[in-house]
Amino acid sequence: MTTGATAPASRATYRARTPAAPAWLVAAGVLVALLSLLPIGYLVVLAVSSGEGALALVFRDRTLAVLGRTLLLAATVTTASVLVGVPLAWLTIRSKLPGRRWWTVLAVLPLVIPSYVGGYAVVAAFGPRGALQSLLEPLGVERLPELYGFGGAALALTLFSFPYVVLSVRGALMRLDPAFEEASRSLGRGPWHTFFTVTLPQLRPAITAGALLVALYSLADFGAVSLLQFDSFTRAIYVQYRASFDPTLAAVLALLLVACTAALLLAEARLRGRARYHRSGGGGTRRARVVHLGRWKWPAVALVVLVVGLAVALPIGTIGFWLVRGLVAGEPLAFVLEATRNSVVASGLAAGLAVLASIPVAVLAVRHRGVVASIIERATYGGFALPGIVIGLAFVFVAARYLPWAYQTLPLLLVAYLVRFAPEAVGVTRTSLLQVSPRIEEAARTLGRNPGAVLREVTLPIIRPGLATGAALVFLTAMKELPTTIMLAPTGFDTLAVRIWSATSEGFFARAAAPALLMVLVAAASLALLLRSEPDR
Amino acid sequence: MERVTDPDLAMRTLALTKRFGDVLAVDHVDLDVRRAEFLGVLGPSGCGKTTLLRLIAGFERPDGGGIEIDGRAVTGPRRHLPPEERRIGMVFQESALFPHLDVAGNIGFGLPRRLREARVAEMVALVGLAGLQRRMPHELSGGQQQRVALARALAPHPALILLDEPFNSLDATLRSQLRIEVREILGRAGATALFVTHDQAEALEISDRVAVMRAGRIEQISSPDELYLRPVNRFVAGFVGEANLLPGEVRHGEVVTLVGRFRAGNGTLADGVRAEVLLRPEQLHMLPVDRLSSAPRPESVLRIVRRVFHGSEVHHVLRSRDGFELEAATASSATLEIGTEVIVHARAREVPVYPIEADPL
Repeated sequence: MTTGATAPASRATYRARTPAAPAWLVAAGVLVALLSLLPIGYLVVLAVSSGEGALALVFRDRTLAVLGRTLLLAATVTTASVLVGVPLAWLTIRSKLPGRRWWTVLAVLPLVIPSYVGGYAVVAAFGPRGALQSLLEPLGVERLPELYGFGGAALALTLFSFPYVVLSVRGALMRLDPAFEEASRSLGRGPWHTFFTVTLPQLRPAITAGALLVALYSLADFGAVSLLQFDSFTRAIYVQYRASFDPTLAAVLALLLVACTAALLLAEARLRGRARYHRSGGGGTRRARVVHLGRWKWPAVALVVLVVGLAVALPIGTIGFWLVRGLVAGEPLAFVLEATRNSVVASGLAAGLAVLASIPVAVLAVRHRGVVASIIERATYGGFALPGIVIGLAFVFVAARYLPWAYQTLPLLLVAYLVRFAPEAVGVTRTSLLQVSPRIEEAARTLGRNPGAVLREVTLPIIRPGLATGAALVFLTAMKELPTTIMLAPTGFDTLAVRIWSATSEGFFARAAAPALLMVLVAAASLALLLRSEPDR
Repeated sequence: MERVTDPDLAMRTLALTKRFGDVLAVDHVDLDVRRAEFLGVLGPSGCGKTTLLRLIAGFERPDGGGIEIDGRAVTGPRRHLPPEERRIGMVFQESALFPHLDVAGNIGFGLPRRLREARVAEMVALVGLAGLQRRMPHELSGGQQQRVALARALAPHPALILLDEPFNSLDATLRSQLRIEVREILGRAGATALFVTHDQAEALEISDRVAVMRAGRIEQISSPDELYLRPVNRFVAGFVGEANLLPGEVRHGEVVTLVGRFRAGNGTLADGVRAEVLLRPEQLHMLPVDRLSSAPRPESVLRIVRRVFHGSEVHHVLRSRDGFELEAATASSATLEIGTEVIVHARAREVPVYPIEADPL
């Protein structure tokens, strides 16, 4: 590459130059970016404007206690997920576990259960007046061990987030060069010793990556934590908002939560960059030998059955149990239909809006790279880093203060959805745009079309499949959204997610069963869609 | 900016300049394209030829100079017409057909609706794709795609067609076939075209005139034969065709070289100046030493060290006593063995001469 250095250099500068974007495109992009920055910006302004008061609130015992509880929960869930996820990944990839293929799928299936459905399943199974108790009642069991609080929340979160570790570690195990292990065995180290001294160290980046995802999940989760009544940040914020409407305290709590998630996201981004670097060097195409489990076979099966049973069979079983009970007892289905309609309307509109908003951002990022485009794109992705409860809270404040007429109206809910889900649409739109050659757009220019007409007549028609995928993705994700919906939905506008949550909170388990079943299906569809669109990235 | 007075010009650039950072991609380029002319712009990669094309098309904004298309200033100090208002057609390296439109939709894209049907039929016939109107781009071969791209660019009667290495993505056979075909189509349509390539054979074969570009500047614009026979400098000589550049010294208005004496240009070079003489391989005639009646001067004897077979002719690489190499061509039937000692005569009297000091390279 040293010869002919002048030619590539001039070409590189040539490529770095991109045409100036039309003003209307930049204006649209700036609007989306400003909307995305609104929640965090307003919370910061709120906290800063109360000055030392806010600082005092941060260091108040109660605040620190919430912080401590949240971190304890995240640490516990993460540790438990690693302890469950790593063996499961290894067993399904590297051992002669009976029915290995089935377990491979079942071990990641819990991902399709939204946390509040998981929370519902745990409460409706083991909680007071839950399925287990009602089954045991004839035997004279009046009380089950206390479920609410730390234990229940940790259990629910672990059950539905450990697959992140499984997925990550499984990928690493498949890429692992078996030569390292074989070398260790040939040097006289036994299988256990080899696993701990050779295999495990190589899996560490993958384990960390999975663990970080689990930690993020448990920090940002509202559904399971609130249903199991554990006062971590998300629930504390919600309670604060409901009870006293003290904006400053809620804002401080929300900002602390954002700080925690931001730290994790940064760590994750750094790790991912490095992991990719490592991977590119590896050439282990040979698959490793599968290990005979010997006398460990049945303990291994027992572990897998227990985990998958709790994480997959329990929610499905519980939903089924209460669904049948409800139907037998004549639970009215009209509410379900109405909630479904509301969910579809809100999510459908959100999907349309998000895709629309993604177009200027993605076009700027792909076709007009530069400082402005990159600021706009990053601002949009900022919405991704905010837990739903924080976005919901910020919009509640903004509406209460400046737009009282908009509070609890559908348009405001849609704007919040837009901020929360636009990044997903931007990602897909961006990928599709990258596959359209700029030459095609230039050809249209020479044939008499201005930039707007090129976008309308050429670019958008070509990327229509991508836009549809983005819309479907946002639609399904918005269907699942709980915290933003609870805080911003118009009064009486119950979506499926809200119905599951409120029915469970009030102990009407049968009423939540049908919506929960629908929600699992929605989540499964959204995961399938995500996995299908992933390889393009 | 003054208007073009010459009605025969379809396009001209005046001191056109474009800079990317420190690099002068296009450096004070003056270029005329006459009506119905096919002008090739030839240069190595990175010489600025594609940037020149994109400046004319309006995708880049110049840092200096101007462009006139069809007598109208399209860019200048206070003016920048966007591509869609320049009346140009463009054919790209990759076909850049609209993948969501069929052949007819692509060709008709630049036409007003009422003219579309008739003109599309006309264009499809012109490029020999009748019957394929409803095909989608991915159902066409590479050559067919480029013909559709050409028809699409020609359909709205542009003042100028720009072709950016349009045959690059095709394989060799198809390439030479398609370029003749494209030349014919453009001729039949009476179109004016500016065509960019790094392939000298391609440029010489189909251009009315060729502009050779290097490092942002145009070195020479002339007809292909003029370019081959009378290149203005060593760079053009070496870039267009195969060249022997024989060093020598001026004596009494002639350059004395290994293979003889040549008139030094118009006789303006002073005695003692070192200069190089351009001789094409086919201008050199070899005589085996053992067939000579008298013994030659030893320094003019060359030995054949390599032969390169080119089909109808064979190139012989000859080496002098002090290691200088040159190439001579003969018909395949008159080839000589490797190792043969020969002397060489040039069949040309008047050849290009480049003083070495005046053209540092």
